[in-house]
Amino acid sequence: MTALLAADAVTRRFGDFTANDRISLRVEPGEVVGLLGANGAGKSTFMRIVLGLLAPTAGRIELFGQAPSRSVRRRIGYVPQGLGLYDDLTVAENLQFAGRAYGRALTVPAGSELAAERASLVRDLPLGLRRRLAFLAALGHDPALLVLDEPTSGVDPLGRSRLWDTIRDSAERGAGVLVSTHYMEEAQHCDRLVVLVAGRIAVTGTLAEIIGERTAVQVTAPDWPAAFVALDAAGLVPSLHGRRLRVIGADPAAVGSVLTRAGVNARISSVPANFEEAFVALATDGAAAATAAAP
Amino acid sequence: MSWGVRAVTVRFGARVALDGVTLSAPTGTVTAVVGGDGAGKSTLLRVLVGGRRPDTGTVHRPDRRQIGYFPGAAGVYPDLSVAENVDFAAQAYRARDRQRRARLLAAAGLAGVPDRLAGQLSGGMRQKLGLVMAMLHEPQLLVLDEPSTGVDPVSRAELTWLVNRAAAAGTAVVMSTAYLDEAERASQVLVLDRGRVLRSGEPEAVVNDLPGRVVHTRQRPETELAWRRGDGWQLWLPPGATAPAPADATPVRPDLEDAVIVAALERSAS
Repeated sequence: MTALLAADAVTRRFGDFTANDRISLRVEPGEVVGLLGANGAGKSTFMRIVLGLLAPTAGRIELFGQAPSRSVRRRIGYVPQGLGLYDDLTVAENLQFAGRAYGRALTVPAGSELAAERASLVRDLPLGLRRRLAFLAALGHDPALLVLDEPTSGVDPLGRSRLWDTIRDSAERGAGVLVSTHYMEEAQHCDRLVVLVAGRIAVTGTLAEIIGERTAVQVTAPDWPAAFVALDAAGLVPSLHGRRLRVIGADPAAVGSVLTRAGVNARISSVPANFEEAFVALATDGAAAATAAAP
Repeated sequence: MSWGVRAVTVRFGARVALDGVTLSAPTGTVTAVVGGDGAGKSTLLRVLVGGRRPDTGTVHRPDRRQIGYFPGAAGVYPDLSVAENVDFAAQAYRARDRQRRARLLAAAGLAGVPDRLAGQLSGGMRQKLGLVMAMLHEPQLLVLDEPSTGVDPVSRAELTWLVNRAAAAGTAVVMSTAYLDEAERASQVLVLDRGRVLRSGEPEAVVNDLPGRVVHTRQRPETELAWRRGDGWQLWLPPGATAPAPADATPVRPDLEDAVIVAALERSAS
């Protein structure tokens, strides 16, 4: 089967700065691939290359088995972070305009929340509805590949799950999806995750594979502020979860001895890391490795 | 000891931005205010710090000099350097402790860039600068409007650490956030939706008090009471629901995301 998107060792430099360093990844039909990374990790550069707005300095990119071109790009649906809508046009006009670009009539689905706002100017709509309109405008032509740049930021949880419904529906109809996000809870909607650190792929896999065997130390102390101060002073970087503390990647015995020395009464246990903890650990290790490898 | 607002209502013309909202922020805790765009989060925080007088209701806050407020992305001056921004906050709040200033800047990873213009910082660094400016004078009440929105997970972890340190030192922290995992870690959470409090309390209690049950299914349910989650759908079965659950439905232990979605569904159904 031809991949919808195939990047082979894609590298992009800006002067001395390497924004993308030998990135290889594929998006197959029906697959949702999540692109995660800290700011500056290279997500936006990679998306621009996929959209044909930037050429790679080295490496190859193929869309639907071909080099990127204008006709190939029509089969991509792109929802930018800024949504790409016209604020001074109405909902219906925005869809008409987008539809013309793809040579297809786009309309507001009858009975939808947007239908009631057909004649409203986009700038008067709440953000949740604007996002839904942006999805309609970008995905109404049934693109084979969806490129979504942080598609749900600012939307409440119910609205977010509705947008993900649309995304998963497209995938079930056979489209491939490349989506970037900052929400760790959205990672679970992706079939596969690609984590970028300092322009390189640090790890790929499912949520469970990325968390792997990582653990966190959980500290339950009646006087949690005292426990926090003691661990913090020891450089163990605790984080507060309600009234419990968690320390990622630490040795439970080391945590215990710090607290004993400080005279803090606490119960200590080892628990599986969550995705955010795994991500931060990966990004921190990866960045350290990248710095060490720099000339 | 606790700060907060009681039965606060705010109207902007005909629009009710806050409708009888009560929030209590005890010292040494982190209170997370969650909700989508337009839920009323920023208005609530502005009322709490005294930036907006409520139409009805009462506000209990410390003396102005004991409040630290970060109004979101606009809270730093892009044309001033990091050091100038901090100088400005230090003067405004009369914070003269140079050691604390140096410690905070180091903790925020900003000690090495005193001369960089704030406008040239990355999103995460800019938010950390705003937080440092709001915390400089060791306020009793620290109010942060979406400090982590648009910030990548690594910078978010650093922001969280700074906020936790303040709470551990006895500050009452109130922060709005779009991230439910962040809210789940807070001491207490307040869920706002179009100006009203849908839920409030300790995150665990909000989840435990979810009315009815939530099940997971791989078959798309033909109802508004379902939402995507992982490889299938979560389906809310309200108390006393008569419709049978799908054959493959498995019970799930709900989390805060489920609880917030159920609260929104409950409100739109009523």
